[in-house]
Amino acid sequence: MALQVTPSQTIGPFFSIGLTWEDGAFAVPEGTDGAFWIRGRVTDGDGEPVPDAVVETWQADPDGRYRHPDDPRADGGDFRGFARAPTGRDGTFAIHTVKPGPVPGAGGATQAPHLAVSVFARGLLNRVVTRVYFADEADLNAADPVLAGLPADRRATLLAEPAEDGYRFDVRLQGEDETVFFAV
Amino acid sequence: MSDTTKPQAQPDLTPYARPEEGTNPPLLYPAYASTVRRAPKEPLVWLRHTITEVTGPLLGERRLGDLDHDLTRHHRGEPLGERIIVHGRVLEGDGRPVPHTLIEIWQANAGGRYRHDGDQHPAPIDPNFTGVGRCRTDAEGRYRFVTIKPGAYPWRNHDNAWRAAHIHFSLFGRAFVQRLVTQMYFPNEHLFFQDPIYQSVRDERARQAMMSSFDLSETVPEWALAYQFDIVLTGRDKTPIDEDH
Repeated sequence: MALQVTPSQTIGPFFSIGLTWEDGAFAVPEGTDGAFWIRGRVTDGDGEPVPDAVVETWQADPDGRYRHPDDPRADGGDFRGFARAPTGRDGTFAIHTVKPGPVPGAGGATQAPHLAVSVFARGLLNRVVTRVYFADEADLNAADPVLAGLPADRRATLLAEPAEDGYRFDVRLQGEDETVFFAV
Repeated sequence: MSDTTKPQAQPDLTPYARPEEGTNPPLLYPAYASTVRRAPKEPLVWLRHTITEVTGPLLGERRLGDLDHDLTRHHRGEPLGERIIVHGRVLEGDGRPVPHTLIEIWQANAGGRYRHDGDQHPAPIDPNFTGVGRCRTDAEGRYRFVTIKPGAYPWRNHDNAWRAAHIHFSLFGRAFVQRLVTQMYFPNEHLFFQDPIYQSVRDERARQAMMSSFDLSETVPEWALAYQFDIVLTGRDKTPIDEDH
C-alpha cells in the first residue's frame, strides 16, 4: 500500500526568518550575459499588495536544458535555474535570470520559453503554481501546448511584458484578471 | 547542434502521482480567515507533467554550515526550553528514500515567539534562539535536527485563537511537483480542535501524516527527548496510463 503523502500547510507570516537567502533572487549570478530582472507584484482579491508572499521560479538554461539528472542533455554546468524572492511591503518581488530556451513538451511538441512558478503566502494553505511566458515570443507562444489549452482571455495573465530592465509579471491571486494557476 | 555520433539520451518524463483528494487542504477554507481574499476563485487548470515539472532544483551542498542542523548552537549561550531531537526520513509514496535533499525548518521559541518583527505578542525573545535550521538528508533519506520544543502562541484569526505548537518544514525533493511546505505537530496537543490550519486537512489519515511521534529509541539519556517525523513526497505515477483525462 502506498504511503500517505504529507499534506501541505501554509508558509505562515514568519517564513522570512527561515527561507530568505542572500542570493535567493539570483537564478543566475550578477553579470551573466543576457541577464535581466523579472519584476512584479502579488495582489489579493481586493487588489491589495501581499507583503508576506514568496515567489520561487524554476527554469531551463538558454539552450532549453534543465540542470537535473533526469535531463541527460544537461551539460553539468553550474546553472542554478532556481530563484526565490520574498515580496516587500508593497507586494513587489524581483528575480534576476536569463530567458530559458524552448523545451520539449508532450507528444513531440515544443514548449515556448517559460519559468515554473510557485507562490507561497500566509493565507495560502498550499502553494499556487503558475508559469511565466514572455510576451515577445509570440510565434513560440502561439505553438505552446499549455497556452493553447487555456481560454484565450486568460492567456495574457501568464505573459511577462518587456519592461525597463527586463520584464514585468504580476500575480493576481484572486478576482479581476486572476492569474491562471495550475493543478500539478 | 547535437553530436550525431552518440545516441541522444532522452529525459525521464514519467509523470508524478497526484495527491489523493483530502490530502492537501482546500485553498479556500473560511475558518482560516486569511484564505478568503487570497485563495484563487477560478478552478485550477490541470497541467500535464512535462520536463519542467519532473525536474527541479537540487540544492544545499554549498548552502549548509556545520551547525545548521543544531538550532541550540547558533548563539553564544544555550536557548531556554525543552531540548529535543527531531529526526526522520524523507520518502516517496512507494517508500523509496529521497537522498541528499535540502530541508529547511523555522519555528517559534519555547515561549511561542518568532524572531520576526511581525511577531509582537508579549512573550520573551530568547537571545540564544533564532529558530532557523537546515540540513540535507543522507543517502537513505534520513535527517536529524536538534532544537527546542516550540511553544503554542496566540493569533487573531478568531476569538481566543491559538496555534498548536508546530515546526515549519520546507522540502524540495527532486522535482518541481514534489515541492512541499508543511508543518510538523506534536502528539498530546490540546489545541487541534480550534486550529483551522491543522483542521484544513480534511482527511484523518492525512492529518496523522503531519504528526510527529515520541521516539524513545532516539532519545539521548540525560540530554534530550526525541520525536520522529517522516515526510512523504509524491512519487512517480506507476500506472501506465495516458495522462490525458
